[in-house]
Amino acid sequence: MNLILVILTAALVNNVVLSQFYGLCPFLGVSKQLKTAAGMGAAVVFVVTVSSAICALLYNFVLVPFSLEYLKTIVFIVVIAALVQLVEMVLKKMSRGLYVALGVYLPLITTNCCVLGAVLTNVQNEYDFITSVCSGFGASLGFAISIVLMAGVREKIAHNTVTRSFQGMPVVLLSACLMAIAFYGFRGLV
Amino acid sequence: MNKPLERIVNGVIKENPTLVLMLGMCPTLAVTTSAINAIGMGISTMAVLIMSNLMISALRKVIPGGVRMPAYIVIVASFVTIVEMLMHAYVLSLYNSLGVYIPLIVVNCIILGRAESYASKNPVIPSIFDGLGMGLGFTISLTIIGMIRELLGAGTLFGFQIMPSIYTPVSILVLAPGAFLVLAMLSAIQNRLKLPSATNVPHEELACGGNCARCTGSACSLNHMKLAEAKAEEALKLQEQKKAAKENAKKEGEGK
Repeated sequence: MNLILVILTAALVNNVVLSQFYGLCPFLGVSKQLKTAAGMGAAVVFVVTVSSAICALLYNFVLVPFSLEYLKTIVFIVVIAALVQLVEMVLKKMSRGLYVALGVYLPLITTNCCVLGAVLTNVQNEYDFITSVCSGFGASLGFAISIVLMAGVREKIAHNTVTRSFQGMPVVLLSACLMAIAFYGFRGLV
Repeated sequence: MNKPLERIVNGVIKENPTLVLMLGMCPTLAVTTSAINAIGMGISTMAVLIMSNLMISALRKVIPGGVRMPAYIVIVASFVTIVEMLMHAYVLSLYNSLGVYIPLIVVNCIILGRAESYASKNPVIPSIFDGLGMGLGFTISLTIIGMIRELLGAGTLFGFQIMPSIYTPVSILVLAPGAFLVLAMLSAIQNRLKLPSATNVPHEELACGGNCARCTGSACSLNHMKLAEAKAEEALKLQEQKKAAKENAKKEGEGK
């Protein structure tokens, strides 16, 4: 029950994009089409879940016992970068279909602050292993939800005429603003 | 091109990372709830940017091309850790209010972007000033956004009450949705006045697709080329129109 609450909190209440502002660049950049947005969302869910598991293990069993907590930023970013490479290679070898679906998005994820942000939040809240994985999964699910919603909105906007000044980025940011207000309503949930 | 002053002007005005290049959106939106936070974030990013530019430019002949990205990331992460520890020691309140966004400076695309597109190709001194200029540009635009949000959203400026007591603060501006709203308005104004910005290139896609993760700075130059091309095209059109107008006038003259 507690774990479900963690996932819900991470996905809806503290939505990574709309209330924490992690991973804004892909949110604004890769949300033109529903299909690519869904691909990006799936890749992020995959990488964030795996990297929060590995980083939780590393933090609890290597960094804390040797009191090296201050090295966490360096360790995590290197782990994430290596992990993304590894996942790409494994997928290429093991599962052709999944690689074709997610492959393009994987290299983009290394410098996506969503991954590092989710992992650091886990550490800051002193979650144990299981809770970290759930929270990472929830956070990335929140990212996937919001980027897919955004892509749907943008596909609709593309067919409408927008005032000249608001064409391009402003109207996208405005829709993000309205979505953020809607997601603010989830505050009452927990 | 590589004069110190030129680098600073370039960073603050011509290639302002936030308002013109639209890089590093995450900290821009997240920490601008008050002017003080915005300045703190700007200055710590500037410190990391200067140090990492210095280091990367000094090591540019040592780092092999194939592993340069991981090398840059590790260098940047070390400096971020140093800045984080310094802030924890000396400005605890700022450290607490910026929270997780301090370690997230590592993945700020401005820093890796400058490393890739400037520091890795230029000598040490210009690179330092490039970092200083970009950092200043980032700090100034963050502070402007922070001041707007704080003034309208809380009625204060740097913590002092500015607005008269009749004014009811629009508190949504200091909440998460307000960040998007202010940025949307700012870029709409830029569109309206046709100021240079990475987002208001008419009818053309940006080279990087607005995706910082993919760009690592190298796309900025492409964006510039596109902006320049668009300008050249417009100029050409204007010339043609003028020519056509002149010819028309001539014809009319001949007709008479």
